[in-house]
Amino acid sequence: MASIHLKNLGHRYSASDAGLDNPYALNPLDQVWEDGGAYALLGPSGCGKTTLLNIISGLLRPSEGRVLFDGEDVTDLSTERRNIAQVFQFPVVYDTLTVAENLAFPLRNRGMGSTTIEARVAETLTMLGMEGRAKERARSLNADDKQKISLGRGLVRTDVRAILFDEPLTVIDPHLKWQLRTELKKIHERYGHTMIYVTHDQTEALTFADKVVVMNAGSILQVGTPKELFDRPRHTFVGTFIGSPGMNVLRCTFDGDAAVVDGLRLLLDEATVTAAHARGLAESGVSLEVGIRPESLVIVEAGARIADDPHCINVDVIGVEDLGRHSLVRLRLGQQLLCALHPEGAAIPEAAALRFDPARTLLYANSLLVEANG
Amino acid sequence: MKVQNNKAWLMVLPMLLLVAVSAIIPLMTVVNYSVQDTFGNNEFFWVGTEWFQEVLASERFHNALQRTLLFSALILAIEIPLGIAIALAMPRRGIAVSFCLVLMALPLLIPWNVVGTIWQVFGRVDIGLLGHGLASLGIDYNYTQNTLDAWVTLIIMDVWHWTSLVVLLCYSGLVSIPEVYYQAARIDGASRWAVFRFIQLPKIKRVLLIAVLLRFMDSFMIYTEPFVVTGGGPGNSTTFLSIDLVQMAVGQFDLGPAAAMSLIYFLIILLLSWVFYTVMTSLDNDAASEQGRH
Repeated sequence: MASIHLKNLGHRYSASDAGLDNPYALNPLDQVWEDGGAYALLGPSGCGKTTLLNIISGLLRPSEGRVLFDGEDVTDLSTERRNIAQVFQFPVVYDTLTVAENLAFPLRNRGMGSTTIEARVAETLTMLGMEGRAKERARSLNADDKQKISLGRGLVRTDVRAILFDEPLTVIDPHLKWQLRTELKKIHERYGHTMIYVTHDQTEALTFADKVVVMNAGSILQVGTPKELFDRPRHTFVGTFIGSPGMNVLRCTFDGDAAVVDGLRLLLDEATVTAAHARGLAESGVSLEVGIRPESLVIVEAGARIADDPHCINVDVIGVEDLGRHSLVRLRLGQQLLCALHPEGAAIPEAAALRFDPARTLLYANSLLVEANG
Repeated sequence: MKVQNNKAWLMVLPMLLLVAVSAIIPLMTVVNYSVQDTFGNNEFFWVGTEWFQEVLASERFHNALQRTLLFSALILAIEIPLGIAIALAMPRRGIAVSFCLVLMALPLLIPWNVVGTIWQVFGRVDIGLLGHGLASLGIDYNYTQNTLDAWVTLIIMDVWHWTSLVVLLCYSGLVSIPEVYYQAARIDGASRWAVFRFIQLPKIKRVLLIAVLLRFMDSFMIYTEPFVVTGGGPGNSTTFLSIDLVQMAVGQFDLGPAAAMSLIYFLIILLLSWVFYTVMTSLDNDAASEQGRH
């Protein structure tokens, strides 16, 4: 087990890409993955997640920067010498071998004695819940079990420094996904491996990981706990990518103590206002946006009772979708569209207004969150 | 519901006719000859299995059969491993792929008798590049007089002509292996041999079976090339079953024994192909136990 430090790391697939606007598949970054952490690497397809993972495992050599395991430079070490386990999107099993022989394969390749191997294989089979199936031919297994074997070939080595998962549950039956993910979580709690789990599915990322790393277009945008990512996304992409539906992002200007959307004033909290003034955002001309989670909006009835409330603004309801526990209400605020969640069964007033919470109304300058320490 | 009309038969009819004319009728003619004798004048006498017994007992047949078996065994022993090795060494991407594929396909495009002629001239001591070159190096090489030289020439010719087929078949199997298998093997610390044994070989096994069957049948039935190069000589040393058969049927006009020999020849090919198929498809079951013995 090891901490992993990616030091000034960047990757270009070929030197000839240098002429492109952005030649990097992975923009230069500096990132530390702590020993024993369970990380999820979340981002849309093609954002560089797999590239990053392959650089850590050594399948790919970064075009710049270093990879450090516990401070030791492993950039030039082979995958085998790095002692990494990696589970791929599509299960890889050695067809002609049995389940037990598949699990023994990485140990045999490293020249271990047969008694040690037998003990390790038996232990791993128990870990995977596949006791008594050692003699089955790997080819005849279903996709779920094949993926378990792929995982098992990583777990069978006691000394792996990290286990990397590259969207490992893509081909797994939905009802088994939960079960396998829970098993992974248990294995992590018991053995404390450093785990990095690549996925484009936010549910998977948020349920598996202690810390989620959100990537887009070759850059790491934010690293945080699921709650941090949800409550205070540092980039509008994080806000829209995480959450279902994602955060509402509206173009705005900044004036005094509020974000102004098409002439309507959305009040901001004190810290944001101070930070915005400090950066001179009112006159700077940078592109400003306001981000509000649909979950933090409350639909109220418009009328005299809320007319004087500065937190409430009249909106037009343009559509309602039933999401089960909630209704998704599509609204128009000024010229811009947004959505809000409304409890299932509660009536939606004909003349509606929205109540905004200043603490959960976030201001973004050039897509980055405006905050006190930023 | 019972089918009321028999139109389907009309659809099958052209194919039936084609198969009848191209395969069944000629085959039955051979069967017919093999059980009869004739003294000309279109008079035939029933002789039963006499020709079969004669052929099976004849030394001439045994010798030709042994030569043919040896030839096929050598061809398979050389072309299959060589083909796999070349396929493994071929590039997987880039412009070099097309270049290699074209290069590999070239020998396959040459008609068999031309291949024979090329090598017949190539190996000649007086004017051939190979023969003359060897002679000027002081090596005593003459495929028209030395049995070993004749065999070496025929085998090198066949290897040159047909290894490409094995290469192309294996290559098609190899490129179909997803990259992730190789990545997993690196994670698992597999050696080059282990990668071949447990990833590549299992994946190319099916095409390899086809390659082995094709090369066996082709080499076992080889006629044109040795006929052109050596004519079956020196002596009878390169007289394979096919050459012997043609001499018997066309040269001596012994239709009865030739027909019986054709059928025996056919059955041997069928039998050996079945053996290859059975052995190679059951290899699966042994693979696992082999890993266990490591």
